[in-house]
Amino acid sequence: MAPLFDYTLRLADSALILGHRLSEWLGHAPLLEEDLALGNIALDLIGEARALYAYAGTVEGQGRDEDALAYKRDAGQFRNLLLVEQPNGDFAVTITRQLLYSAFAHPFWRALAQSRDATLAAIAAKAEKESAYHLRHAGEWLIRLGDGTAESHGRAQRALDALWPYAGELFETDAVEAALIAEGIAVDPAALRPDWERTVQAILAEATLAAPAGTWMQSGGRSGRHSEHLGHLLASMQFLQRAYPGASW
Amino acid sequence: MGARGGACLCREAAGAGGGMSEAPMPLWEVFIRSRNGLAHKHVGSVHAADAAMALQAARDVYTRRGEGLSLWVVPSSAITASDPAEKDMMFEPTASKIYRHPTFYKVPDDVGNM
Repeated sequence: MAPLFDYTLRLADSALILGHRLSEWLGHAPLLEEDLALGNIALDLIGEARALYAYAGTVEGQGRDEDALAYKRDAGQFRNLLLVEQPNGDFAVTITRQLLYSAFAHPFWRALAQSRDATLAAIAAKAEKESAYHLRHAGEWLIRLGDGTAESHGRAQRALDALWPYAGELFETDAVEAALIAEGIAVDPAALRPDWERTVQAILAEATLAAPAGTWMQSGGRSGRHSEHLGHLLASMQFLQRAYPGASW
Repeated sequence: MGARGGACLCREAAGAGGGMSEAPMPLWEVFIRSRNGLAHKHVGSVHAADAAMALQAARDVYTRRGEGLSLWVVPSSAITASDPAEKDMMFEPTASKIYRHPTFYKVPDDVGNM
């Protein structure tokens, strides 16, 4: 059942990498309140990743558990979206990245909750509620950053310009997904695009920000062609299990 | 400066060495109702630029362990507090009126728990 393994792994990788990125803010967020908020969102995402990795390991049937999948694969074997591995940058970059992802994740999990695969549907039903809050959190912040001071507006617009080319990958499908979509197991991401556009454009309008027009879109995460940032992230995230295999506490 | 430019991310502004002319982020008092039928109880405070953000911050800071079903946030500036220097006048006179405690009444056994 290789396509189901690949599909589950993709979802897990995006959740884990974004969760890890947000965890990098701990102790560094601009406000104590945001330190906790970003930590909460990170924990939601890492929780989603754990459930998905555990299921992927079961589907694969090779005895790999969630730790093996998270800590013992190299960058080229990760299947996450390029968007989620982009560095945190300033607070505006982190919030913009979160908005672009969450505006997709929320309708995605809602649709996946109807999957004919009972395990994916159950994981999605839980993740849908989490992603609804992630979207609200990022949206409210982006509105205030965009429609705030000249400084915050400039930072938010620069973040949007830099991250926008990574949004196209959210809606890509390949042969692996096409087969699962036909079986009613996977969600067709292209069908979520109008919903995503509506959500994002409404928030950008209120934030007085403008999406760049006609930008070329980046691609490659689904086939393991990543930006240079993922290797650095993994070096930090995987260090302990690489240096002390099987370490536990 | 836009419509929402009143408050700043103060730690960031201080770190950047500029923007200190902006207003500090207002303080909000947080109240949680833990179950249906109970009253909202004060649990602490958060900093936030406006009411919607205060509600979000309150959720993130004070409901991480399933503490509540409902949240209130109130601007701290809206609270009128008693003066600690007046505590003798305010609270001392009740000390001698122990008959106000309902401990002098016999409750018939048939009534059960009240």
